[in-house]
Amino acid sequence: MNAPFFKFDMFSADFSLVIAFAIGIGFGFALERGGFGNARILASQFYFTDMRVLKVMFSAIVTAMLGVFFFVAFGWLDLSLVYYTDTNLIPQVVGGLILGVGFVVGGYCPGTSCVSAATGRIDGVIYLLGVIAGIFVFGEIFPLIEGFYYSSNMGRVFLPDYLGLSYGMIVFLVVLMAVGAFAAAEWGERKMAIKKSGGVK
Amino acid sequence: MSSITGIFSKEEAVQEKIHEPKPYSNPYLVGIGLGLVLLAAFVIMGRGLGASGAFSSLVATGVQQVAPEHAANNPYFKEYVGDGSTNPLKDWLVFEVLGVFVGGLISGLLAHRVKKRVEKGDRISVRNRLIFAFIGGGLMGFGAKLARGCTSGQALTGGALLNLGSWAFMMMVFAGAYAMAYFMRRQWT
Repeated sequence: MNAPFFKFDMFSADFSLVIAFAIGIGFGFALERGGFGNARILASQFYFTDMRVLKVMFSAIVTAMLGVFFFVAFGWLDLSLVYYTDTNLIPQVVGGLILGVGFVVGGYCPGTSCVSAATGRIDGVIYLLGVIAGIFVFGEIFPLIEGFYYSSNMGRVFLPDYLGLSYGMIVFLVVLMAVGAFAAAEWGERKMAIKKSGGVK
Repeated sequence: MSSITGIFSKEEAVQEKIHEPKPYSNPYLVGIGLGLVLLAAFVIMGRGLGASGAFSSLVATGVQQVAPEHAANNPYFKEYVGDGSTNPLKDWLVFEVLGVFVGGLISGLLAHRVKKRVEKGDRISVRNRLIFAFIGGGLMGFGAKLARGCTSGQALTGGALLNLGSWAFMMMVFAGAYAMAYFMRRQWT
């Protein structure tokens, strides 16, 4: 197997748009199943009452990470042909903080708001208009912040290289961390449920 | 009829039950499903998922339509609209996000969860909730551009590929949201 298929010219750029649409359907379907079209479910992550966001996100990351790891190990997937962004540490840290604040203020992230709007949520539609406005403002002031945007460029940084550990070891540590986070989430949810019911078990 | 008489016939009661929204699925199974979709994107396309990028293409196209000169002179929009030889909306992420709308709608319809409503806590008015939705969306759009992606493009995609910047980003998203949660509690709890 030679993957990524697209990079080995197994289909045309036009056909890749059909694949994009199909993958998007899978993505949207999964988000809705998880309850991510509902801002109250997403927000409850930040009040420790329902840890679905963490559970879905980390089980998705672990699944895809393990898949990539084994495909690479079997020689099926050439990781150097899989696109990912350069690390620009400071802008990404600041952007992440702004995004986190926006998450709890607005109730969604861009992907989940699409599902929310598609399932009839007015707040999701308004949120999307906000996203468009935010991107517009960013684009307009971009010449002013261009220096900051391109600052602290570290190139393409693969965590195993950065930490000086093997790929397999990092994968193992991430799985361990995820399992720990799941256990903590289950425990936390039980605690919060007891607290909510007035201390009665 | 039942709302007038206050009496449910057996048939109506069954009907009610059928159209009740179904509970959301097991989060771990959903996560595995989502992970497999992401893995498919890596294997088939050599790239991950995304969301905010599609809206950048949309905004850049809008600016180009209204003020073509301005779009061509702006270094950020220029990257999305290109030299004019291709349609900026004929883009991988734009089609993927169209799919997200459709996939979400299909899942919602199957589970009877499609309904016109506003999601909010009891202690906030609809108007204020919508104002916050707009502000939050604005912050998210701006932050995602600065971070080179949102929860999909950075946290999920870069997370699975063990990209340093994506992991730093993901930790900061949780940090920002938890730091702000207390001030937003009236909106949600």
